[in-house]
Amino acid sequence: MPAIPQGARPVLDEADISRALTRIAHEILERAKGAEDVMLLGIPTRGTFLADRLAARIADVEGTTVPVGSLDVTMYRDDLRLKPARALERTEIPDEGVDGRLIVLVDDVLYSGRTIRAALDALNDLGRPRAVQLAVLVDRGHRELPIRADYVGKNLPTSQRETVLVRLREHDGVQHDAVYLGIESETAI
Amino acid sequence: MKRHLLSTADLSRDDAVLILDTAEEIARLAARPIKKLPTLRGRTVVNLFFEDSTRTRTSFEVAAKRLSADVINFSAKGSSVSKGESLKDTALTLEAMGADAVVVRHSASGAAYRLATAGWSSSHVVNAGDGTHEHPTQALLDAFTMRRHLGGFEERRVTVVGDVLHSRVARSNVHLLATLGARVTLAAPPTLLPVGVESWPCDVSYDLDAAIPGSDAIMMLRVQRERMNGGFFPTQREYSRRYGLDAQRMAKLPDKAIVMHPGPMVRGMEISAAVADSDRSVIVEQVANGVSVRMAVLYLLLSGSESAIGSDEGQAQNQHQNTEPKGAAA
Repeated sequence: MPAIPQGARPVLDEADISRALTRIAHEILERAKGAEDVMLLGIPTRGTFLADRLAARIADVEGTTVPVGSLDVTMYRDDLRLKPARALERTEIPDEGVDGRLIVLVDDVLYSGRTIRAALDALNDLGRPRAVQLAVLVDRGHRELPIRADYVGKNLPTSQRETVLVRLREHDGVQHDAVYLGIESETAI
Repeated sequence: MKRHLLSTADLSRDDAVLILDTAEEIARLAARPIKKLPTLRGRTVVNLFFEDSTRTRTSFEVAAKRLSADVINFSAKGSSVSKGESLKDTALTLEAMGADAVVVRHSASGAAYRLATAGWSSSHVVNAGDGTHEHPTQALLDAFTMRRHLGGFEERRVTVVGDVLHSRVARSNVHLLATLGARVTLAAPPTLLPVGVESWPCDVSYDLDAAIPGSDAIMMLRVQRERMNGGFFPTQREYSRRYGLDAQRMAKLPDKAIVMHPGPMVRGMEISAAVADSDRSVIVEQVANGVSVRMAVLYLLLSGSESAIGSDEGQAQNQHQNTEPKGAAA
C-alpha cells in the first residue's frame, strides 16, 4: 500500500489534525466535567493511536492520566462472511475495567457506522459502562445505521465512490500526519 | 480456495504464524467474564469421532461453543457406525443435515483427506487425528505453547522422544516446527521409527542422553500399545530406562527447557510422575492452549467467505474435485 495514493488530495494536514484532537480532548473534558471516570478505547488500528494522542492531550490539560485501551471488533463484525477470513487485532482493556465508566470509543473514520455497532456489541460482553461516547477524526457521512459521533474532528462530505485515507506517523511510516480524499475505492480503509 | 486443515505439511509459514497470532489474541479473551464470541453464530460444527478421545473432542467442543457455533457430537460408539455404516454414508448423512465443518478423527490414515476430497460433502474438514498420519491442531497447540515459553522458533531445538512410528503428533510436529524454523531431533529406538524418516525435515538419533543437553523443549510421546502387535522393544523396563524421562535425565536439560507431552500420559513408562508434575512440565498448559488454538483454526477456516489457512482440495496431488465452494448463503 503506497503511503500516499495517486490522485488523492489532502484535506487535513498535520496541524489540522493536531488542532482537531486538542479540541476533542477539551470537549470530552467539558462534557464529562473532568476526567474522573473517563476511559478511552481506540478501535484498531489507527483508532488506537488516536486514543493515545487524545489521552496525552487530556493529561496536558487536566494533569490526570485517563486509562487508554484498544478494542478489536473483528469477531463482532456483520460482514465477516462477505470477505476472506481476517487476522485479529489487539484488544487491551485497562485493568480498571469498563463497569460504571464513561467510555469514549475512538476511531479514525466514521462511515457506515457498522464498525461502531460491532464495537458496542463487543463492549457489551466486557461489562456495563455508565455511558458510551464516540470520537472520530473524520465523519464522511453515508450512515447505514442510526449511529452518530459525539466528537468529530472534521465533517467531510464525500461521495461513496471516494475513499478517505488517514495516514498517521505511528502506523503508516509517513513523515507527517494527513488525511486524503481519493477517488475510486481501490484502497480499503 | 483454501478450505480444510488436514496436515501441517500444507501450512505455509505465514499460515502457521497467523494461526498462532490469532490464538494469542483469543487466549486473552479467556480471562473475560463473558468468554463467548458471536462470530460463528448459526454455523454447525460436527465432531465426528471414530476413535476414543477425551481431550481433543472436548477441546474442539469448547472451542466451537465459545465461537457460538452449534456443536453436534458424533462418536462411533452408539451410532450407526457400529452397525456397519461406512465413512461415506456417515459423511452424506452429515452433509444432508447441513454441517458447516466436520472435525474428524479416524483410525485410518488418510480418512480426513478422503472426507475432504471425495466430493461427499461441502463442509470444511479439520483433521483431529487420522491413524498414524497427522494431528495438526495438536502440533499447533504444541507450537503455541513452545512460542510462549521459548519466545520463538529460530535456533530453538526440540527433541521428540519415543514411539514416533505410531505417532501422528510427531509427524505433525516435525513438519510444523520445521516450517516455523525450529530444529527437531527425533530420539527413538530404531524399531519405533517409521520407514522413510530420513526424508523428514529433522535429525534422528537412537540416543536420548546425547540429545538432552541441547534441547530447549522435550516432547515425550506415549507408547501406543494398542497399535502394537509385535515386539518393538524387549521389556517395558528397558524402554523406560533408555527412552523414559525421569528426574535424573530432566536435571541434564538446559535451565529454561520445557517438558511436553500430548497426553494421555503413561506415568512410569515414557515419563516419571515426578517429571510430569514438576515445574518444567507444561502439560496442563498444553491442554488449556488447545482451546485457544482450535478456536483460531475454526475462526480462520469458517468465518470468512474463504478460509485464511489450510489446503484446498484441488491442490492436493492427483485428486481433482469440483465441489461447489460454499458462498455467503447460510
